[in-house]
Amino acid sequence: MARTLPKTDVVVIGFGWTGAILSKELTEAGMNVVALERGPARDTDPDGVYPQTMDELTFNARKKLFVDVSKETVTIRHDVNGVAAPNRQLAAFLPGTGVGGAGLHWSGVHFRVDPVELRLRSHYEERYGKRFIPDGMTIQDFGVSYDELEPHFDFAEKVFGTSGTAWTVKGQNVGKGRGGNVFAPDRSDHFPLAAQKNSVSASLFSQAAESVGYHPYNMPSANTSGPYTNPYGAQMGPCNFCGFCSGYACYMYSKASPNVNILPALRLDPRFELRTQCQATRIELAADGKTATGVTYVDASGQEVFQPADIVALCMFQFNNVRMLLLSGIGKPYDPVQNTGVVGKNFAYQNMATLKVFFGKDQHYTNTFMGAGGNGIALDDFNADNFDHGPHGFVGGSPFWVNQAGTKPISASVTPPGTPGWGSRWKAATADYYAHHVSMDAHGAHQSYRANYLSLDPTYRDAHGQPLLRMTFDWQPNDIRMNLFMQEKLGAVAKAMGGQTVGFYGKKEGSRFDTTSYQTTHLNGGAVMGTDPATSAVNRYQQSWDVHNVFSLGASSFPQGLGYNPTGLVAALAYWTSRAIREQYLKRPGALVRV
Amino acid sequence: MSNPDRRSFFRRSIPLVPATLIGASGAAVLADQAASAFLPATPGPAVDIRAENATTYSPTFFNADEYRFLQAAVARLIPADDRGPGALEAGVPEFIDRQMQTAYGSGALWYMQGPFMTDLPREMGYQLKLPPRDIYRLGIAAADRWCAGKLGKRFAELAAAEQDQALTALEKGAEGFDAMPSGTFFSMLLTNTREGFFSDPLHGGNKDMVGWKLIGFPGARADFMDWIERDEKYPLPPVSIHGVRAKV
Repeated sequence: MARTLPKTDVVVIGFGWTGAILSKELTEAGMNVVALERGPARDTDPDGVYPQTMDELTFNARKKLFVDVSKETVTIRHDVNGVAAPNRQLAAFLPGTGVGGAGLHWSGVHFRVDPVELRLRSHYEERYGKRFIPDGMTIQDFGVSYDELEPHFDFAEKVFGTSGTAWTVKGQNVGKGRGGNVFAPDRSDHFPLAAQKNSVSASLFSQAAESVGYHPYNMPSANTSGPYTNPYGAQMGPCNFCGFCSGYACYMYSKASPNVNILPALRLDPRFELRTQCQATRIELAADGKTATGVTYVDASGQEVFQPADIVALCMFQFNNVRMLLLSGIGKPYDPVQNTGVVGKNFAYQNMATLKVFFGKDQHYTNTFMGAGGNGIALDDFNADNFDHGPHGFVGGSPFWVNQAGTKPISASVTPPGTPGWGSRWKAATADYYAHHVSMDAHGAHQSYRANYLSLDPTYRDAHGQPLLRMTFDWQPNDIRMNLFMQEKLGAVAKAMGGQTVGFYGKKEGSRFDTTSYQTTHLNGGAVMGTDPATSAVNRYQQSWDVHNVFSLGASSFPQGLGYNPTGLVAALAYWTSRAIREQYLKRPGALVRV
Repeated sequence: MSNPDRRSFFRRSIPLVPATLIGASGAAVLADQAASAFLPATPGPAVDIRAENATTYSPTFFNADEYRFLQAAVARLIPADDRGPGALEAGVPEFIDRQMQTAYGSGALWYMQGPFMTDLPREMGYQLKLPPRDIYRLGIAAADRWCAGKLGKRFAELAAAEQDQALTALEKGAEGFDAMPSGTFFSMLLTNTREGFFSDPLHGGNKDMVGWKLIGFPGARADFMDWIERDEKYPLPPVSIHGVRAKV
C-alpha cells in the first residue's frame, strides 16, 4: 500500500514553466508547495556546461533532454476508425522531462498572443458570419481577454528577461522605424531588454519582406541581448549566438528557463520542496468526487507514495495533463461521435510550412551555425486576422519568420530540391549550401476539430502499467488550404531574396499527419479553458469545473493552436491563475466561476 | 559592431576549453597520419578494404565480414572525392561500432513494447521489434545475400558502380531482401553515417573534423557575438569538445 506523507497545502505535478511559476507565486503567498517531477534533477551545471554541451549527437540526435519514450509515449492514429500505434521514436514533437521540462530545451521564442486568437470563434462569427466556420471545426473562445492578461504578459517578460522592440507603450508609438510590430497590441511597458542583433539571414529576410510590402519586426526573444537580473534576483548573461538553444541547456545563462530564472529563488524558500524522479500516477478524489485529496506517485525507488494536499495543480506537458485527468476520472471524457464530454476535446497542433533560399557562394554568407533560438525577424501581415480571410475560405493565420537558431552539422544537409540523399553530389551540395542558405517558416495557427481528440489507449501501457494516451489526429481541408496560401505569401519574400533557388517544404493536397518528421512541440488543448462547462474542462482561471481544488495549467488549456509559439501565453496564464488562487481561492475555496 | 577589428576578434575567439584537455591533440594527429595513408583522392574504384585492416580500431560489436560491409558501404554513401575525405576516412565505421554499445544501439531509447503492427503507413513511424544492433546484424547479412543473388558477389567485393546500384536498390525497397524492409536498413545506415561524419570526434567519427571542415562548421567555438552580423566567411578552423583544433 502507498505510504502516506504529511499533508501539504499545494502539490504541483511537473516542474516546467507552469510548475515553477505557480510554485513561486504560491510560496510567496505563504503556502507550502511540494513539486513532483518525474524526470531527473537538471540544471545548467552539469546538463549545459561548456564545452560538453556542444554535442549534437548526444543532445539532439539521441535526445538527451527529452522524454524517455521507452517508459512512456503516446499512441497515434489518423482517424477514429484506425488502430493507434505507439510513437516509438521521438520525431514530430519533443516533450521534455526532468527539472525545467520543455522550458529547459526550448528555443526562447517568447511571444504574447494576438488578442483575436483569445476569442477566435466570436471574432470569426462577427466578421465573417457563422457559416464561415466549417462543420466539424470546434474552435472556441478562451474566456479571458488580452487586457486581463496584459499585466501578466508584462511580468512574465520581466521574469524571462525578454529582448524585443515594443510598438506602442501605453498608447504611445515607440517602435515605428525601430523594429516594432505594427500589428502588436498595446503594452504597459517596454521589453526588459532591447532586441538582439540580427543574423545575416534575418537581415536579408527583413529587406526582402519590406521590398514586397510586408512589415518585418524584431522577434521577442527570451535570449538576452545583454546582462540582466530579473525580479526574483536571478541573473542572466548576454547571449553570444552560439547556436545551441533548442534541444540544449544554455551554458551562458542567456536563454530563459525555469532552472535559471525561477528555481534559484525558490530554492531559498523553505516552504518549497522539489522531489525528482517522482512519477504521479493518479489524483485521488474524496468520496463525493468533487474534491481532490492529494496525489499518488511512484518515487525513485519504485515505492508508491500518497501526498495529501489542499490544492493539486497539473503543470505537466500539454498531453500529460490530459492523460492525468483521464486516469484520475476528473471531468467527462470526450466522445467525438456523440460530441459530448470535455476531457480530450479540441486537441490541436501547429500548421507549419518551411521555405529555404539557396544562395551561390558569391552571394551571401549566412553562416547558419551561429544564431539564437528566439532571435530573428518576423512579420504578421498574414497572422491572426490581420488580412481579410473572406475570399480565401480558411480560418487561421500565420506569422512568418527567420529565427536562425543554429543549424548543427548532423542536420546540416540542407540541399536544393532534387539533390540526391548521398554520394558525391549530396556531399558537394551540403558543402556548398551549409553556410549559404536561409531557412524561413510560416509558423501557422492550427484549428481544433471534432475529428482530432485525445483518449486513453486500450492496448498500450507505460512502464507503470497505466494506459498510454492516444492521439486521434490528421490534417483537415482547412489546414491544407491555409498552408498552401501561406507558402505562396511567404514565397514572395523568399523569391525577393534573390537566391539561386527556393525549396518549399509544406503541406500538399492529401498530406496526412506524419509522425516521423519534426514540426513543432507546440501541442495544444485536450483540457481546454472556457466559459461553459459543457464545452471546456477548466474555467477561465484554469480551474477544473468538476473538482474545484484541481487546476490544470499550460497549453492543454488552449482551445486551438496559436500562430505564435505558445510559451508566452502559457506563462501569462500561469500568472493569471496564480493571482486568482492568491486573491480569490484562498479566501474562499470553491468554484471561482459559477454557472 | 561598427568598424569591427579583426585582430581583436581573433584574440577573443580562442575557444573556452579546459586547459587540461589541450594535450589530447597529440593523439588526434597520430590517428590522422595513420588514416591519410589510404585515402582515395577521387571517386571511382571501390575502397580497398584490406588497407582498413591496418587501422588501429578493433570493432567490438561487428565481426570482420560485417565490418568490411560497413567500411565499403559508408565509403559510397559519403565518398572520398575532390571535396575531400569521406565517411571511411572520417572513421564512420568505428563510430557506428561504438554506437552499438550504447543505449541507442540496444534500442533502449525507443518504446519497444508490443504488439508490433508492421504494416502501417510510413507516416506512423518505426514499428519493428528490432533494435539497431539487430537491424545491422540482420540487415548486413541480408544485404550480402541480396548482392550475392543479384550481382554475384558480396557487397564489399563489388565494384563501386555496382555498390551504388545495390545501395540505390536497397534505398528504394529491394525485393528479396529477407530480414526487414530494405529501406529501413538503408535509412539507419545513412542516418548513422551522417552522424558519424558530422558529430564531435569524441564519438569516434569525424576524424580531424573532416566533416566540419567540408561544410565550414567551427565546432565548439560557441561565441559569435562579433560575427553574427557579418556577411562573410567565418575564418577560424573547427575545434572539438576536447579542445583539438582541426588542421587546415
